Amino acid sequence: MNRSVLTVVAGCAVLAMAAWLLAMGLTGGPEDYVERYAGQSVTARDEASAVPVKPSAPGPSSSPSSPESGQAAAPAPASEPPPRSAIPDNEFGELVRQGERIFADTGRFAGDWVGNDLSCQNCHFDAGRYDKTASLRSAWPMYPAYRSKNQHVNDFAERLQGCFTYSMNGKAPPRDGQVIQALQAYSFWLAKGMPTGEAPDVRGYPDVGDPPEPPSFARGETVFQENCALCHGEDGQGRKATGGGTGFPPLWGPRSYNWGAGMHRINTAAAFIKAAMPLGKPDLTDQQAWDVALFINSHERPQDPRFTGSVQDTAERFHQHQGQYGKTVNGQVLGEHSPPSGTVP
Amino acid sequence: MARWLVILGLCLLFPTAFAQQSPGGAPAAAGSCVACHGPEGQGSGAYPHLVGLGEAYIRRQLDAFASGERANAIMKPIASGLSESQRQAVAVYFSGLSPVPADAAAGAPPDGPGRTLALHGRWQQDLPACVQCHGPGGQGIGEDFPPLAGQPAAYLEDQLKAWRAGNRPAGPQGLMGHIAERLDEDDLKAVAAYFAALPAAGEAGDD
Ligand code: HEC
Ligand code: HEC
Ligand code: HEC
Ligand code: HEC
Repeated sequence: MNRSVLTVVAGCAVLAMAAWLLAMGLTGGPEDYVERYAGQSVTARDEASAVPVKPSAPGPSSSPSSPESGQAAAPAPASEPPPRSAIPDNEFGELVRQGERIFADTGRFAGDWVGNDLSCQNCHFDAGRYDKTASLRSAWPMYPAYRSKNQHVNDFAERLQGCFTYSMNGKAPPRDGQVIQALQAYSFWLAKGMPTGEAPDVRGYPDVGDPPEPPSFARGETVFQENCALCHGEDGQGRKATGGGTGFPPLWGPRSYNWGAGMHRINTAAAFIKAAMPLGKPDLTDQQAWDVALFINSHERPQDPRFTGSVQDTAERFHQHQGQYGKTVNGQVLGEHSPPSGTVP
Repeated sequence: MARWLVILGLCLLFPTAFAQQSPGGAPAAAGSCVACHGPEGQGSGAYPHLVGLGEAYIRRQLDAFASGERANAIMKPIASGLSESQRQAVAVYFSGLSPVPADAAAGAPPDGPGRTLALHGRWQQDLPACVQCHGPGGQGIGEDFPPLAGQPAAYLEDQLKAWRAGNRPAGPQGLMGHIAERLDEDDLKAVAAYFAALPAAGEAGDD
C-alpha cells in the first residue's frame, strides 16, 4: 500500500468521526431524551426523569480525543447486557431470576399487583433487554431523578411502583417487598458496566420525528386494519394463544394500560410503534406511526388512577400533554365511560 | 361459454353447497389426504400434521400450492385437483379437528441455541422469539399463526429454506418471510429440531 492511500483512509476516518459528532449535536445527543419525551408542554414532563439539560456533546467517555493525543479514553459502556447464562447460582442470582420472571410474565408472578392482561415486557421487549424499547440497563443508572409526574425526586423503587399503578393498571407493590426487590436486583444486574449517572446513548424509545401532517384518526384506522389487527384483533382486544396462554396483548379496553400510563400519550406511542411495531418488521412511516398512535389512544381504557371525580378537572390537572383524555371522539368524551382503574384480583 | 360462467359464478357464491359431505362429516375430498396426513390429520412420518392449523391458513396454503407460489411437487397436483369449494371444505374440516393428546413419550427439547432462539429470539439483531407469534410451546395463535410443535424437523427446516429461496409466499404482512431471511443454516437446523421435539398438543413445558 502506498502513502497516499493511507492518507485518504485516515482522512475518511477523521471526517466520519466529525460527522458523527455533528450528528450527535444536531439530534441533541443522548441528553435530549428529556426534551423528546416531554411532550410539547414544558410543565408536563411526565416521563422525564431528570432536570432538563441543554442538548450538548456527549459525555466525557465519548468526547473528542484525537487518536494521536494518546489520551486514555474512559472505559466504554457495556455494549450488551450480560447473557442469561451469567446469572450466578446463589441467593442473589435467584432474586435476579425472580425479577426476570416477574418482568416477563407479570400477571403470573406478581398477580396481586396487576389489573390488566399486560406484562412489563410487552412494552420493554426481551424481558427489558432490548435497547430500542426503554431497556432496564439504560434506566437503572439514571435514578434517583426528579419526575414532574409526581413532582418530587423518585428513586428506582418508586419508578417501578409507578409502572404497576399506570401501565399495569394495578396497585403499587410495597417498596421493601419481594416484587420490587426482585425487579431492582434484576435491573441492577442487567446494568453491569453502565456508568452511574451518565445518560446512556440509547434510552427510552428512539425519536420518531414530527409528523409531516397532524395525526389523523381516519388514516390511523386504516393503518390499524392493515398492519395491526392481524395480531391485536379487529377490536384491539388482543388474542389468546391456542390453549389459553399468552398471545397478543390488548391495545385498549378494560384489560389494557390506563389513562395515566405513558403509552396513552400520542408522542410516546408513536415512538414505540415506529421502533417496534408491527412485531419483527417495524416498517411504518413516521406519519403512519403517529396516525395509528392517535387511533389506538382514542379508545376508552381504564380510568386515570388520579381521577378527581371529574374528567374535565382531571384533564386540566394531569393531562397537559399530547393525549386524548377528556377530548371528544365520535361524540363521546374519553374518560367519561372508562372502566375503573386498579382492578387487581 | 356464458353457461359455464354462470355455473362458475354459482360455485363461487355457494361454495359449501358443492362440497359433498360424507356421512361421517368429512368431505369426500379429505379422503385422499389421510394417506399422508393421517386419518385424524395428525401427520405421519415426514408429512406434516394438519390438525391445529387455522382455516384461513390451510386455505391459503392450498391456493399457493396450486398456483405454484408455494413450490412442492407432491402437493401441487393434489391442490390443483381440488375445486375452490373442495379446498374450502377440506380447510374447514381439518381446522375443525380437535388435537390428539400430546405424546407423553416425546423427548424433552434439547437445550441450546435452538431453544434460545425459540424462546428469546435474537433481539440484538431485531429478531423476535418464535413463540411470540407461534404461541407458548409453539402451539399456535388464532387462525393465522400455525403451531410448530411436533412437526417433523425436516419439514420445518424445508419451510425456512423455502422462504429464503423464494419458494414460499412470505405470508400475512410478509412477517414470516422477513424472519426466515435473517436465519442462517445453523439457526434453522437448531430451531427446527427444538420445535420438532415439543409435544404437538396439550401442556408444553414452560420457561
Ligand atoms: C405480528 C404480530 C403483531 C403485529 C402485526 C403488531 N403487533 Fe403490537 N405487539 C405484538 C406483540 C407480541 C407485543 C408484545 C411484545 C412483547 O411482549 O415482547 C405487542 C405490543 C404492542 C404494544 C404494547 C403493549 C400493549 O398491548 O399496549 C402496542 C402499543 C402495540 N403492540 C401496538 C401495535 C400497533 C399500533 C401495530 C400496528 C402498526 C402493531 N402493534 C402490530 C404483536 C404484534
Ligand atoms: C403499556 C406499556 C408499558 C408497560 C406494560 C410497562 N411499561 Fe415501563 N414504561 C413505558 C413507557 C411508555 C415508559 C417511558 C419511556 C419513555 O418515555 O421513553 C416506561 C418507562 C419505564 C421505566 C423508566 C425508564 C427510564 O429510562 O427512565 C422503567 C424502569 C419501567 N418502565 C419499568 C417497567 C416495569 C417494571 C413494568 C412492569 C411492572 C413496566 N415498565 C410496564 C411503558 C410500559
Ligand atoms: C402423497 C402424500 C400427500 C397427500 C396425499 C396429501 N399431502 Fe398435503 N402435504 C404433503 C407434503 C409432502 C407436504 C409438505 C409440503 C412442503 O414441504 O411444502 C404437504 C403439505 C400440506 C399442507 C401444508 C401444511 C402446513 O403446515 O403448511 C396442507 C395444508 C396440505 N398438505 C393439505 C393436504 C390436503 C387437504 C390433502 C388432501 C386433499 C393432502 N394434503 C394430501 C403430502 C401429501
Ligand atoms: C412476527 C411473527 C412471527 C414470528 C416472530 C415468527 N413467525 Fe413463523 N410464521 C408466522 C406466520 C404469520 C406464519 C404463516 C405464514 C403463512 O401463512 O404462509 C408462519 C409460519 C411459520 C412456519 C411454517 C409452518 C407450517 O406449518 O408450514 C414455520 C416453520 C415458522 N413459521 C417458523 C418460525 C420460526 C422458527 C420462528 C423463530 C425463528 C418464527 N417462525 C417466528 C409469523 C411469525
